[in-house]
Amino acid sequence: MSLKNILENFSYFRRDAEMGGHHEYDHRFGMAIDLDICTGCNSCSTACYAENNLAVVGKDKFEKGQAMHWLRIERYWDEVEGDFPEQGAKFIPMMCQQCGAATCEPVCPVAATYHTPDGLNAQVYNRCIGSRYCSNNCPFRVRYFNFWSYYEDSWPEPLNMQLNPDLSVRDKGVMEKCTYCIQRIRVAKDTAAREERTLVDGDITTACQQACPTDAIVFGDTMDPKSKVSKMWAKHQIHRGPVTQKKDKANGEVRGYRVFDELNVDPSTMYLERVRDTEV
Amino acid sequence: MGQVIEDKMIDEKLEWSRINADVIASMQNPRRAYWVTLLVCIAMFACAIAAEIYQYKMGLGGAGLNNPHMWDMYIATFVFWIGMSHAGTLLSAILHIIHAQWRKPIYRFAEAMTTFSLMTAGFFPMIHLGRVWNLYWVLPYVSDRGIWPNFRSPLVWDAFAISTYLSSSALFLFIGLIPDMAILRDHTTGWRKKLYGVLCLGWRGDDRQWRNFRRTYMLLACFLIPLAISVHSIVSSDFAMSIMPGWHITTFPPYFVAGALYSGCAAIMTLFVLLRYFFRMEEYMTLNIMEKTTKLTFAIAMVWTYLNLIEFSATWYGHNMYDKELLIDKAFGPYAGIFWAMIFCGMVAPFAMCFQKLRRHMPSMFVLSIVLQLGMFLERWMIVAPTLSMSHQVHQWDVLYGTVIEWAIVFGSFGWFGILFLVFVKMFPSVSMYEVKELCFHLKHEIEEEEHEKKLAAEKASGKQTSGGGASPAGSPGLEGA
Repeated sequence: MSLKNILENFSYFRRDAEMGGHHEYDHRFGMAIDLDICTGCNSCSTACYAENNLAVVGKDKFEKGQAMHWLRIERYWDEVEGDFPEQGAKFIPMMCQQCGAATCEPVCPVAATYHTPDGLNAQVYNRCIGSRYCSNNCPFRVRYFNFWSYYEDSWPEPLNMQLNPDLSVRDKGVMEKCTYCIQRIRVAKDTAAREERTLVDGDITTACQQACPTDAIVFGDTMDPKSKVSKMWAKHQIHRGPVTQKKDKANGEVRGYRVFDELNVDPSTMYLERVRDTEV
Repeated sequence: MGQVIEDKMIDEKLEWSRINADVIASMQNPRRAYWVTLLVCIAMFACAIAAEIYQYKMGLGGAGLNNPHMWDMYIATFVFWIGMSHAGTLLSAILHIIHAQWRKPIYRFAEAMTTFSLMTAGFFPMIHLGRVWNLYWVLPYVSDRGIWPNFRSPLVWDAFAISTYLSSSALFLFIGLIPDMAILRDHTTGWRKKLYGVLCLGWRGDDRQWRNFRRTYMLLACFLIPLAISVHSIVSSDFAMSIMPGWHITTFPPYFVAGALYSGCAAIMTLFVLLRYFFRMEEYMTLNIMEKTTKLTFAIAMVWTYLNLIEFSATWYGHNMYDKELLIDKAFGPYAGIFWAMIFCGMVAPFAMCFQKLRRHMPSMFVLSIVLQLGMFLERWMIVAPTLSMSHQVHQWDVLYGTVIEWAIVFGSFGWFGILFLVFVKMFPSVSMYEVKELCFHLKHEIEEEEHEKKLAAEKASGKQTSGGGASPAGSPGLEGA
């Protein structure tokens, strides 16, 4: 009985409610995306569509801003007037940053979004009632809402055969977002458990990482000091919590930053600044 | 003390039987305008029903919402209706405990307005949910799966606050109606007699019942005041608890409460004019009472204006990049027209209430009250939409003005409110009979007292000082209250 449960474990629940989120992590998955070698080719986004059963909404709805791209390439034009290489687009792949102090979590009325022991920001589709407060409180605007029922239009026969059986197809009224390919994490963890070993770096490859032609995306456990992503974080002086860096732009060695770090949301994705030839 | 006679709120010579007859008549034969308005309201509500059916079947995309604009008009309208509900409590509870007599003829419909606007507001969080059918998950029911709502979420607080406020204000409305129900029971026939007979809960009007009634009424009034303030503070924390620029503002709770009282008072002015006309209530809803209402509205309008300016200056001098840019964008960006219309309607238009001629001119007060409400509606829109349009992530900037579906539902909510209100005023006395009688009674005594004092003064002046002391009449009836 749940009432009995809440009475017996009251101190635990109370502490949980006060501190919010998870604090005893098994893993804390993180990413490093090197914008210097990113070409903005959108293959990560495409891979995400294929892997995560993302609905293709069509031109009309895309223009209305109802697209479902969990991973989008944001494009910003330089203010400088001129030709290449002075004038050009800057781009940044933007997806859920799996914040350590996620702003979406405390506001969900039904706790459909919560922190997992893996340091992920999970979204329980079946629990979601679609109040959309989480998306409103997300500074990155990376949560996507099923404004319509897409499953009939998006995958007409026989395209439904391409759907990934590892995860569900979401219906209208549910919020969704990048999960760091949680189904792949789950498979890797199960395999490791079956082989009676701990998870090692490289066991998990996210779809976007796999598809990236220039290997700009690195994924791994930031709690494991030997993982590639941890080493990159350390090299670029990025760590959990508030960050103070000693940046040295000239030699391009310390290029790491986390988007909206000043909001103190503790994002799990580190970006490496792009260095222009003209700047060096 | 010539004041009392000069701005008499009501003719104290009204006979009690006439008060009964007039109010009961208002429930029988309103002007034709009443029926026309009711029909218009039903038509408006039908639009909303059609739109909602479409939206329920198709999903919220019908409302034109998109990635940055996860909330839009629905939440703005929700805040608007919640706000409107606050004036009823102000009039019936706050003015009751500070013994402002002039509230008596008009508080009943204000209280009804509170209940019905809450019933309208309550729809919006439901309409705006993606999966309405799972609404009950917000409530902390004991489930075998051990799943509870997230008590940290302001939306859960909303659910508690609104349901508490709705039930207690409905109870307050009902309790206040009991003595009038008894009068109606005695004066009506047929199904009405049966209905009022049940609803008056065996009221006989003896001393014990009156004593208990007063005590209950006062208790509920005292309970409602902090509740009303907390409800709108909680609604404001839907915004203030987030981290978005333009929402994450410390002054939001008082700002929302002031805005709520403001729009509510404006709504009372509108309904005052309408009811006065529909039900020929000129003798009860007098110009003096209207003047007091407008003065109250003006005072609250100034509080709201002040808090608005505070918010702007705090944002400006706070130098938070996101907040400051949002403020500039509000004033000069795509929403500039709406923003300045809000400033005009909410901050400039109320100054029309400074002129007594206008205050006593019903048609212009009707127009003004509509303008004020429009201003407050735009204010809520300007709270919700621009923040989402121009928040942190520049890539997702977008401007949204809503679709037909969204506007139809917003429009229809006014129809729903109108239906509830118009049916109520036809079924139940919109003027509190027993309190108007009280008012007449008190006024009569006050006037008598004043005349007595004058007489004494005159006697004194003419030097005919009779036996010393000149027992003051103040001690005699003790009915002036405060």
